[in-house]
Amino acid sequence: MVKSSKELFIQRLRERFGTALLDAVGFRDELTCTVRKDSIVEVCRFVKEDPAFDMKFLSDILGVDYPDEVPRFEVIYHLLSITKRTRLRLKIRVEDGESVPTVTGVWKSANWHEREVYDMFGIVFTGHPNLKRIYLPDDWEGFPLRKDYPLRGYKDDYNPYGEEKE
Amino acid sequence: MLIKENPYGGVAQFTTLDNILHFLRTNPVSKKVMDWGRTSSLWPMTFGLACCAIEMICTACSRYDLDRMGIIFRPSPRQSDVMVVAGTMTKKIAPTVKRLYDQMAEPRWVIAQGGCASAGGPYNTYAVVQGTERVIPVDVFIPGCPPRPDALVFGFLQLQEKIRKEQPEIFTQRGLAPVSHGEK
Ligand code: SF4
Repeated sequence: MVKSSKELFIQRLRERFGTALLDAVGFRDELTCTVRKDSIVEVCRFVKEDPAFDMKFLSDILGVDYPDEVPRFEVIYHLLSITKRTRLRLKIRVEDGESVPTVTGVWKSANWHEREVYDMFGIVFTGHPNLKRIYLPDDWEGFPLRKDYPLRGYKDDYNPYGEEKE
Repeated sequence: MLIKENPYGGVAQFTTLDNILHFLRTNPVSKKVMDWGRTSSLWPMTFGLACCAIEMICTACSRYDLDRMGIIFRPSPRQSDVMVVAGTMTKKIAPTVKRLYDQMAEPRWVIAQGGCASAGGPYNTYAVVQGTERVIPVDVFIPGCPPRPDALVFGFLQLQEKIRKEQPEIFTQRGLAPVSHGEK
């Protein structure tokens, strides 16, 4: 990747979104942009359709739990431009109980990724067409990738080593 | 010829089911024939859950060739005698495993292949059932991660050994006492 394309990316995002772009960090070939939660759909649509970015492919959406920080959660979008061979990482911060606008309108593949984040962290995506659990059974209680969920789960018939449920 | 030399009586003994069972129970050859039939046509259900399934597939293919022992994988629980639980059983699949086991016709047996199926294996986590025995009864446990195909073949041989020593279920149901054939 040419060195200047990272700067170009940051510049174009600044021009277009101004203060909605909270932070931009470049490390090696990776560019990570933190944006405001409300503008995530606009940013996604922009980087998908803008010819300088051309991020047609959504690789992944993931969640991170920082139990001691405020806001508690982070949602991360990994994007890839197949024509330009560049990658971009977008981040937003979400407080417990807040919801995130869905990007299924931008990339259809976001459907399952967002369901996974909901399944594991309990982050709700507003406007999602089918927001239900994807890995765990529908009647599962709790969100296992939250740091306050015990690693061995709760004790039941299938797992005698789990923690007692209060 | 057979009937003339029969020490148990004439043709009349085959008129009722109890008479037939009595004959089978007391005849030293019949148990061997029944055991031979049950051990040499163990049909396992095709049911792989995780990495161990690859070893199970390998065991069934030409190098280890389970077919030579009459072990032929069937795609339906209705046609199978033995369920090989090959792999990590999660809590989500556990009700399905139970259901498939219930759909199998008696007599039925279960082999737990690998550390995961035996006791949860490396996954002592929120999502994994800590051993097949928490869901269905198990006849043979095979340790290993994954067990080599030889180990699975050995597991099948152990199961055959076990079947040979078992009392056929119908004798137990009819209250007929086990008969020793001098083979222990
Ligand atoms: S015992 Fe090992 S090889 Fe077998 S399913 Fe578990 S992790 Fe995979």
